[in-house]
Amino acid sequence: MSPEPLIHATGLRKQFGDFTAVDGIDFNVQPGEAFGFLGPNGAGKSSTMRMIGCTSPISGGTLRLFGLDPATHGRDIRRRLGVVPQLDSLDQELTVEENLIIYGRYFDLSRAEARRRAVELLDFVQLTDRAKSRVEPLSGGMKRRVTIARSLINEPDLLLLDEPTTGLDPQARHILWDRLYRLKQQGVTLVLTTHYMDEAEQLCDRLVVMDAGRIVAEGSPRQLIEQHATREVLELRFPAGTNADNEAYALGIGDRHEVLPDRILVYAHNGDEALAKAIGAGAKPESALVRRSTLEDVFLRLTGRTLVE
Amino acid sequence: MNSMPLLRIVPPVVRIARRPQRMVERQLMCYRRTWPILLSGFFEPLFYLLSIRVGLGKLVGDVKVGGRILGYAEFVAPAMMASSAMNGAVYDSTMNVFHKLKYARVYDAVLATPMGIGDVALGEITWALIRGLLYSCAFLLTMIVLGLASSPWIVLSLPICVLIGFAFAAVGMASTTYMRGWTDFEFVPTATMPLFLFSATFYPISSYGSWAWVVQLSPLYHGVALVRAANAGQSSWGNVGHVGFLLTMAFAGLWVVSRRLQSLLVK
Ligand SMILES: Nc1ncnc2c1ncn2[C@@H]1O[C@H](COP(=O)(O)OP(=O)(O)OP(=O)(O)O)[C@@H](O)[C@H]1O
Ligand SMILES: [Mg+2]
Repeated sequence: MSPEPLIHATGLRKQFGDFTAVDGIDFNVQPGEAFGFLGPNGAGKSSTMRMIGCTSPISGGTLRLFGLDPATHGRDIRRRLGVVPQLDSLDQELTVEENLIIYGRYFDLSRAEARRRAVELLDFVQLTDRAKSRVEPLSGGMKRRVTIARSLINEPDLLLLDEPTTGLDPQARHILWDRLYRLKQQGVTLVLTTHYMDEAEQLCDRLVVMDAGRIVAEGSPRQLIEQHATREVLELRFPAGTNADNEAYALGIGDRHEVLPDRILVYAHNGDEALAKAIGAGAKPESALVRRSTLEDVFLRLTGRTLVE
Repeated sequence: MNSMPLLRIVPPVVRIARRPQRMVERQLMCYRRTWPILLSGFFEPLFYLLSIRVGLGKLVGDVKVGGRILGYAEFVAPAMMASSAMNGAVYDSTMNVFHKLKYARVYDAVLATPMGIGDVALGEITWALIRGLLYSCAFLLTMIVLGLASSPWIVLSLPICVLIGFAFAAVGMASTTYMRGWTDFEFVPTATMPLFLFSATFYPISSYGSWAWVVQLSPLYHGVALVRAANAGQSSWGNVGHVGFLLTMAFAGLWVVSRRLQSLLVK
C-alpha cells in the first residue's frame, strides 16, 4: 500500500485572463520523494509551483497538500512549506541573519529559537562569515544559498525550489546540489523545477516533462531516457550551412535522427558503429562525438524542440 | 444578541489578520541600525513652530475663535500638528508601501509564510501610526516648550493625531494600490497641498464665508478642528462629528485596501 501522497493534483489549471498557463495536469508526489518539473521557458512550471505554494489560487481541477485544500487551509499548509522562488525575494533592508530571523518570526518561532536556527542554517549553507552583511552586495550564488537557508527556518516537510541553480557557476551549483541532496537524505520532500538536464538527473527520483502548460511525459530520469531515446547519441558537425546536404549520411545508420541548426543527431544503440557506417558511406564531418542519451534528447523527441536555446 | 451585523462593518483585512505585529517587528528591525533617520522627523515641528512663533506670530494679530481670543501662533500650532500627522501617514503609506509592493517584493516573501494580506495591510498601517505617534509626541513637547500649549487637554492631541494618521494611512494605502509607476505619485502633493492650505489651517473657518461647506469636506479640517479644541480645552458635540468623519474615512480606505491588495498580491 502506498502512503497518502503529499501533493495530489488532478486536472490542475491556471488561467491568466484568456491565457492558459497550466492546462489540466495530473501528478502525485510521495513523502520523501524528489520530484521535478522539467520544461522550457513559459511551460508553466512557476505557475504550478506558486499554486502548490498556496500563493496563487487555482483556476480549475483539484489540488491537495497534506490532504488539505489550499483554498481553505492556505495558512496551515504554508506553515509546513519551505519556498525558494525563481526570483530571490530577500529583504534588502535587513542583513543576512536578520532575513532568517524575521522569517522565523513569520512562522511564530520564538526570537531565541529563530536566532538559534538562523545560526545553524547559515552554517549549513556555508555563509556564517556573511551573517552580518547586507543582502545587496552578495553574489547571485550566495543570495540563492541565503534563500535556501531562509526556506528551511520552519523545518519544512516539503521544500519547493523554483530553478534553484539558474544563473550560478558550476561550483556554486555543485554546493547547492550537495546541500539539497543532504536535505533529501534527512527525509525532506523536494519539488523542483529546472531547465537543466543534469540537475534533473542528479536530484530527481521522478519527474514530469512540461511543455505549453501540459505534461508530456512522466517517469524516473532512467525510464524516460529508455522510453524516449536510444542508449547512445552520435553528434555530427558539418561545415556551416551544409547540414541538409549531409542529412543523407544519417539515414539508416541508427534508429532515427534529428537535424539541428548546428549539428545532426543520430540516435543509435551503438554510436561508434553508427559513426563507422557514416564514414564508410563517405561522410566528412568536421567533428563527431558519441555520448550517452540525456533528458535533453528525451525533450527533443517529445516536443521537437531543444530545451535550452 | 447577534454580533454579526456589527462584525460586518469591520473591513476584511482586519478580520483576516492574525499576526500583523510581525510586520511592525520587521520595521523595528530595519530601524535598529538606521534610527538616526527617525530623528530627522523631530526637527520638522521645531522649524515649523519656531517660524510661526518668531515670524508670523509677530506680524499677524490675535484671532477670535468661538468667543475666545488666541495669539496667532497658538491658533496655528495645532493645525501644524494635525498637518504633520497627515503628511507622515501619507508618506509612509504611499511611497514606502509602493516600493515594497513593486520593487523590493517584500510582501511576496511574507505571503509565502503563514502571514496573510490582512497582516501585511494592518501591520504596515500600524507601523505608520506608531511612527506618527512618535513625531506627534515631539511636536507636542515642542509646543509646550515654546509656550504654545494653552490647556492641559492638549495631551488629547496625541490620540487625535493617531486617528488622523489612521484615516490618511488607510486612504493613502488604498490609492497606492492603484499607482502604476512613480510618476503617479506626483498627484499625491496635488491632493495634500490644498488640504494643507484650505483646512482652516491659517485662518478660522468663519473667514471662508459661504464656502465653509467646502472646507468641511476636507478630512484635515476635521483633524485640525479636533486638535484645536483639545488645545483650547473646549468640548462640544461637533467633535463627535469630526471623529466620526475621520473614522469613516479610515474604514472606507481599509475596505478598498482589502479588495485591491488581494488582486495585486495574489495572482
Ligand atoms: N501573473 C501573470 N499574468 C499573466 N501571465 C502570466 C503571469 N505569470 C505567468 N504568466 C504566463 O504564463 C506562462 C507560464 O509562465 P511560467 O512562469 O509558469 O513559466 P515557466 O515554466 O516558469 O517559465 P520559465 O522557465 O521562464 O521560468 C507564460 O507565458 C507567462 O507569460
Ligand atoms: Mg519559471
